[in-house]
Amino acid sequence: MTAASATVAPPKRRLRDRLPVVHQVRQSVGLQRGMLVAGLVMVGVFILTSLLAPVLAPYGFAQRKDASGAFGTQQPPSLEHPFGTTVGGYDVLSRVIWGTQTAIVVIIVAVLLSIFIGVALGLYSGYFGGWLDRVLVVVCDAIYAFPSLLLAIVLSIVISGGQSGLWAGVLAAAGSITVVFIPQYFRVIRAETVRIKAEAYVESAKVLGASNSRVVFKHVLRNATRTLPLIITLNSSEAILTMAALGFLGFGIEPTAAAEWGYDLNKAQSDVTSGIWWTALFPGLAIVFTVLGITLVGESLNDLADPRLRGRRRVAKAAGQVAETSVVPGGTLEAGPGGLRGLEDGESFDEHGIEVKP
Amino acid sequence: MSAVDLTPSPGVSTPGVKPKSQGGGFARYLLVRFLLIFPTIFILVTLVFFLMRTTGDPITAAQGGRLSPEALAALREAAGYDRPLLVQYLEYLGRIVVFDFGTTITTNRPVIDVLATYGPATFELVFYSLIIAFAVGIPLGLLAAYFRDKAPDAFFRVLAIFWYAVPIFFAGLLLKLVFAVWLKWLPVAGRASVGAELQLQTLPNKTGFYTIDALMTGNPAVLGDVLAHAVLPSIALGLLTAGIFLRLVRTNVIGTLSTDYVDAARSRGVAESRLLRKHAYRPALIPIVTVIGLQIALLLAGAVLTETTFEWKGLGFILAEFLESRDFVAVQGIVVLLAIIVALTNFIVDIIAAFIDPRVRY
Repeated sequence: MTAASATVAPPKRRLRDRLPVVHQVRQSVGLQRGMLVAGLVMVGVFILTSLLAPVLAPYGFAQRKDASGAFGTQQPPSLEHPFGTTVGGYDVLSRVIWGTQTAIVVIIVAVLLSIFIGVALGLYSGYFGGWLDRVLVVVCDAIYAFPSLLLAIVLSIVISGGQSGLWAGVLAAAGSITVVFIPQYFRVIRAETVRIKAEAYVESAKVLGASNSRVVFKHVLRNATRTLPLIITLNSSEAILTMAALGFLGFGIEPTAAAEWGYDLNKAQSDVTSGIWWTALFPGLAIVFTVLGITLVGESLNDLADPRLRGRRRVAKAAGQVAETSVVPGGTLEAGPGGLRGLEDGESFDEHGIEVKP
Repeated sequence: MSAVDLTPSPGVSTPGVKPKSQGGGFARYLLVRFLLIFPTIFILVTLVFFLMRTTGDPITAAQGGRLSPEALAALREAAGYDRPLLVQYLEYLGRIVVFDFGTTITTNRPVIDVLATYGPATFELVFYSLIIAFAVGIPLGLLAAYFRDKAPDAFFRVLAIFWYAVPIFFAGLLLKLVFAVWLKWLPVAGRASVGAELQLQTLPNKTGFYTIDALMTGNPAVLGDVLAHAVLPSIALGLLTAGIFLRLVRTNVIGTLSTDYVDAARSRGVAESRLLRKHAYRPALIPIVTVIGLQIALLLAGAVLTETTFEWKGLGFILAEFLESRDFVAVQGIVVLLAIIVALTNFIVDIIAAFIDPRVRY
């Protein structure tokens, strides 16, 4: 080993290993790969449906009649209306399809807003510390411990001011979800920042006279955001559930402004009691399908990022230090006595990554 | 800022507490943990108060459009909503200290009365759901851990994700459709049927907990009726939590199954099933106790939705009604009450966890 070779950068990983999701698909094995691929397909269907909604939907989301007259209310599924019609006289299939657009807009707005604010606050708090850090941590802990749906309800009242047009409704849903999510991003980014701040390369940068902003954005931010893709996927599914819950409780978007699954379920409540199943079933299934797809992707990514949970074949290749990342309740890895440390040693696995019982 | 503090900031949740004394740790922990309740409640009360007020005063929200501007102004003045916001805020804080959460606008009842009337229903629902969550989640989590990476594990894990993905109100509607409307096995909604309700309401010293009240009537038919009404809502709410418990138990048992003491037991020839039951299972339950504290918040949010779905007349149901009628004094009061309940529950759970597991005390 000569001095020259020591300065040569290690060969870059191939592109297909560095692309975010492709890398994980290649890394996964067995069930994990199955879950990840299934999730990706479902998310793909969801995104495609929302993009092609104008082509796919037989009618508009606020349409109650066509050339041959009014649709009629609570009509059972038929050729003209494969999923039937609602109590308000809308076509269920069309509203399910158009609903994907509302869902996607809410996800994008909510996730972007909460990432931007949560990351900014987390970086500041973790890097500079001080009294603002203390205050932010206490406030975020308080919000985190509180039923998020109740906070979302209060916020949606505030944001929409009682109206429920398209943008007021979307902003109310997205905004209330945002405030609930900020603590999650804040906690993760702050914890990472505190850790990274003590790393040798940050100290070196400071010794070299790098400004705070350079250190924060160049060194800390880029290393602290590793876990964000996981939180984003998991938060997206939570965003849909929260929006649907708000809609179900009557804080949704008016049917003439946009199609929203939670609102449709709210209106379907009395139908169920009289045995009318199609108005509740299809919007509900749309929620389940979308949330399931996103959660499968998120959970697989989470498991893959954690060497303790990953299928074992390629463990040596991509192992690394991993922060606490799962935000799905119950997904955390609070270690029991003895912790999860001992897990990697003392276990043996066959070539399929399946544990071999001693 | 040249002198950046390089030491990691101390966890703010334990200001000033250092692991100094090992002996009197528990009493100290108890005290510190108890004092921490207050900032949490204070922050939430402040947050909710100012958020609600950005929409305007509650009188305008509730009566807006129905009264002339003069009458509205008179009402606002009488209720003190024309004074500076800060004065109102301080006054509000002062009243909360003596457990006065305001009077509802629409029904003109103290909010604390609403808690007394509807609280027991929510408590019952949450209690039954927790039983279902434990009864379903823990055994399945154990099985999943035991069959790690084999077919049952895969099935249970996908099941847990599935339970998470089904919105609680959709699950409720489906359960209702199948078991109440189509099969007619169970009642559609409510906490008791009309006849049973009548018997319960005429009890001399009723508690509001229908199960207890039904026992006091001494009439098995009433008890059966009350329990039958509780089945579907409890399942809807319980399965959501069961999924969470399943995942927790699985992860933790897998962790403890590979610790040294389990290895030691295994090398002594202890059977795998006994290892699971005796050695790995109990330590794995400790973190679950801690996590239940966080689930209380989730359960209460879930209860709001479940109660609305099943017309279960608890706090969530009444909250939804007050929201509908834009009675923001009531909404604010109930939300603050729930915040206090959550903070207290978390405190109790943390104390229990510290009692079981000495490492939690610092």
